[in-house]
This record gives sequence, C-alpha cells and structure tokens, in this order.
Amino acid sequence: MKSLLFKRALQDILNNRFLNTVTVITIALSVLIVSSFALFFTNANELLDTWKKGIRALVYLNPETTDANRLDLKYNIQKLNGVSEARFISRKEALAQMKVQMGRQSSLLESLKPNPLPDAFEVRLSPDSQTMAAIEKLSKAIELLPHVDEVEYGRQWIGKFTNIINMLRFVGYAMGGLFLVATLFIVANTVRLLLYSRQEEIAIMRLVGTTDRFIKMPFYIQGVILGALGGIIGMSGLYFAFWFVSEKFHRGLSAELLDIHFLPLDVTAGIIVGSMIIGWIGCYLSLKQFLKA
Amino acid sequence: MKCHDDALIRLFHVYKRYGAKNALFDISLDIFKNEFLFLTGPSGAGKSTLLKLLYLGESLSEGQILIDRMNLARVSRKRAPELRRKLGIIFQDYKLIPTKTVYENVSLVLEARGMSHKFIQKKVHSVLRTVGMEKRKKSFPPGLSGGEQQKVAVARAVVGEPKIILADEPTGSLDADSAGTIFDLLTNIHARGATVLVATHDAELIRSAKGRVIQLKEGKVVAE
Ligand SMILES: Nc1ncnc2c1ncn2[C@@H]1O[C@H](COP(=O)(O)OP(=O)(O)OP(=O)(O)O)[C@@H](O)[C@H]1O
Ligand SMILES: [Mg+2]
Repeated sequence: MKSLLFKRALQDILNNRFLNTVTVITIALSVLIVSSFALFFTNANELLDTWKKGIRALVYLNPETTDANRLDLKYNIQKLNGVSEARFISRKEALAQMKVQMGRQSSLLESLKPNPLPDAFEVRLSPDSQTMAAIEKLSKAIELLPHVDEVEYGRQWIGKFTNIINMLRFVGYAMGGLFLVATLFIVANTVRLLLYSRQEEIAIMRLVGTTDRFIKMPFYIQGVILGALGGIIGMSGLYFAFWFVSEKFHRGLSAELLDIHFLPLDVTAGIIVGSMIIGWIGCYLSLKQFLKA
Repeated sequence: MKCHDDALIRLFHVYKRYGAKNALFDISLDIFKNEFLFLTGPSGAGKSTLLKLLYLGESLSEGQILIDRMNLARVSRKRAPELRRKLGIIFQDYKLIPTKTVYENVSLVLEARGMSHKFIQKKVHSVLRTVGMEKRKKSFPPGLSGGEQQKVAVARAVVGEPKIILADEPTGSLDADSAGTIFDLLTNIHARGATVLVATHDAELIRSAKGRVIQLKEGKVVAE
C-alpha cells in the first residue's frame, strides 16, 4: 500500500513533467544559493577560529623594570583569568627575531645602537578564552599592572574581519529567508495547479466517501519528492562547484593557507531534509486553501 | 405501520429550492431498514434532487433529514465522508474519474477505506465480473459506451457492500439484458440486508420488482 502510494506519486510527477521539472529546478537553485552561503560561513568561521588560536598579547615593559619586578609581574600576569602562559622575551631576543624576519634587510638594524626594543612578555590565552572580548578585557587588566608600558594585540584586523563576517551573515540570513519564502510560494503554486487540473477527480473522490486525508496524501508525497529532488540536485551542484573551485585554489595557493572544506554530512543532509519540509509545507498551504472550497 | 424509530432514513418536511424554484416541496418520508424503494415520476420531478440531499451533494433549504441517526441539516461537512461510506451511490451521470482505469475507479472506494491490497484485488475483480466489465478493467471511462460506464458506476457503488444503495437511473443506458443483470445485482444486495433506493422512470423495472413505489411530481409526493 505504502509503496503503491509512492509509485503513484512518481507517476503523477511524470504525468506533469514540465511543471514538476520547473519546480525541481527552482528548488534546486534556491538550495544551491542558500547552501553556498552556509558553505562560505562554515569555512570563514573555521578560518577565524584558527586565526584566533594564534591570539596573543605583547606586554611591553617599562625600561626601568628590575629583574625582581619582572618576576613579580610575570607572577601577576599568570594569576589573571584566562592566561595560559606568559613568556619573557628579552630585548636582545626580540632584536634577533626581528633580524631573522627581515632577512637581507637586517643590516639596517646594525646601525641601531643601542637596541631600541623594550623587554616584553608574550601572553597566550587559555583555549576557552580566545575571544576578542576576553583578550580586550585581559589587556586592560594587564595595562593596570605596575611596570607595564603598553599592551598590544591583533585586535584591529581580526575585529574587522569578524565584523565583515557578521555583516555577511546577516545578508545570508536575509537571503536565506527570501529564498525560503520564494521556494514555498513556488511549490504551493505548483500544487495549486495540480489541484486545479484534478478538480473533477477530487470532487468525485469526495462523493464516493474518501476522506480529505486520503485525497491529500498523494500531494504531500509528491511535494516531499519534489523537495528531495531539488535538495539533492542543489547540493550536488554546490558540491560540483566547490570541487571545481578548490581544485583551482589548490593549484594556485598553498593548501595550508586556505584549507577549505565542504559542508559536513549532517548539514548537507539537514539542508536536503529542509527542502523536503518546504515541499511539505508548500503542499499544506495549497491544500488547506483548496479543500476548504 | 412500523414504529418511527425503525426508520433508517427519515425526511421531515423537506424543501429544496433553487432560487425561487421549489425542486422539492414539503417531502416527509420514512425509509426502513432493508426496504427496496422506487422513486419515480416525470423528468424534473425532483428524484435526483432528493438523492443529492441524502448524500450531502446538496444542502436542504428547510426541514430535517436523518440517516442512521445522523442529522443532515446540522452535520458538519467534515462528517460527509463518514456518511458517504455508508452509501453506495450510482449517479445519473456516472461520475467516473476519466483519468483512472475502470479497475482504479472501482478499487478507489476500498482503498479509501484502508482495505488490504489482496482483498481489494479479489473484491474488485469479482464485482467487475458480475457486471460483465472484467475484460475492460484497464480501459479508461471515456473509451467506454454509456452502458459500459453505467456498469462500472454500479460496480463502484456496490463494491464496498454499503448499508444503503442510492441508485439514480441505474439502468437508464442499458439494454434489457444488461438492465436485468444490474437489477439482479441490486436485488442480491438487498437480500443481503442493504436498503435500496432506486430513482427511475423505467416502468418495466418497477413492475418486475416488489418494492414500495413513491411517485414524485413537481417536487411533491403524489402517490405512494
Ligand atoms: N443545480 C440546479 N440549479 C437549478 N435548478 C436545478 C438544479 N438541479 C435541479 N434543478 C431543478 O430541480 C428540478 C428537479 O430536478 P431533478 O434533477 O431532481 O429531476 P429528476 O426528477 O431527477 O429528473 P430526471 O428524471 O430528468 O432525472 C428540475 O426542475 C431542475 O431544473
Ligand atoms: Mg434525475
């Protein structure tokens, strides 16, 4: 009985090939667009996370700081909430690092005598407080400690990047909502057209005692099948596009720099299920209106 | 005279108006369980209209109709399927679904009642055999003659073994032989306990049966 219903729904879809194809393509396009936003955000978030892992603050010391003061300060910093480690970087070490970083131009530094760099602590955060808010708060706290000249951290650009992502996320939600409504509308319209084309049949079925539930069932099955097809095709399209782009990327840039992934399996499945649910709701809207009459 | 409570179908001062026209005028009628009843009268007398009121195909303008304790004047449309499942209806214009095969048209009734696939297959074939349409089970109604369509309509009405049969000109398009077959089928169902209501102006049919005859004219009962 169940498989019979399914077979009939497929038959119905084939009987209205044009209408159903258009509907499936529309659903697929919506799914493609919405899921490409999802793909972008998951990768952007991952990227942001790896960058945030490198979050550290540099605490520059007052030139008059004695060795004893320094030990006190180190103790005081490590006592603070969210600090995992405070490593001392002497001015000598800092200069040596700088020379390595500058490579051939390091000869410029030779003329700098005395060494202009201050002593510093490199403060790393414990994993659970690697957020912009945490590091900002921490920096303020460290600035208040004695012998601290200045605290520096990579706030500016990570903060900006986060803001851009958040703004895009908003656009993504808005677009997602818009496509959701549009898809719903299109599915509902398809079902309405199917209903009109079968008006006589439905009227007769009612006369011989079938319940509305029985009449609705094939439409729901059809709606869910359309949703599933649209979802699967949309996600396949996205996968293909992703594969194509990442191939190019990997050839051009080093793989480690931009390590992008496709959506996880559960999200992919979730999007397809969501598209089936849209098919169902689209049916629901049309049937509710139609069968009242 | 039987007691009123025995009536399976009760019409109490029933009116049906289409605009200013009275299609039915003050009809009161009790139909008892397992009765075989003929509704007769000239064209436009209101026979079909009366049957339509009984299956909620139309709503009545005034009065009360009780079928199996269901008050049709008050019942919500939601309960129409419940009522219609007690009825086997043969429509004057057959009302077969043109896009479904003969087999599907008949099996639909049982599918809607949630019967098993096997049972449906057996039952539908047996009924189609009885009305002589088994060979055409894969045909679509528009490809059938009027008489053949009528046989399918009869098969669909009886396949669910309903308590009540409402037949509107069930032999209207049939030759004498086929009409005889259909009539035997209705008699058979009646013998198994069903209440049968036949609207017809086929005098031959009425004469050959022993049922009660109600004569309508211009929406009124003129003879019983
Ligand atoms: N939907 C309608 N709108 C307006 N008038 C209608 C409608 N249905 C029936 N009538 C009128 O009601 C009257 C009774 O019609 P009905 O179909 O019940 O007659 P009948 O006895 O079944 O006739 P026949 O023997 O030709 O089938 C007719 O005069 C008809 O014109
Ligand atoms: Mg009639």
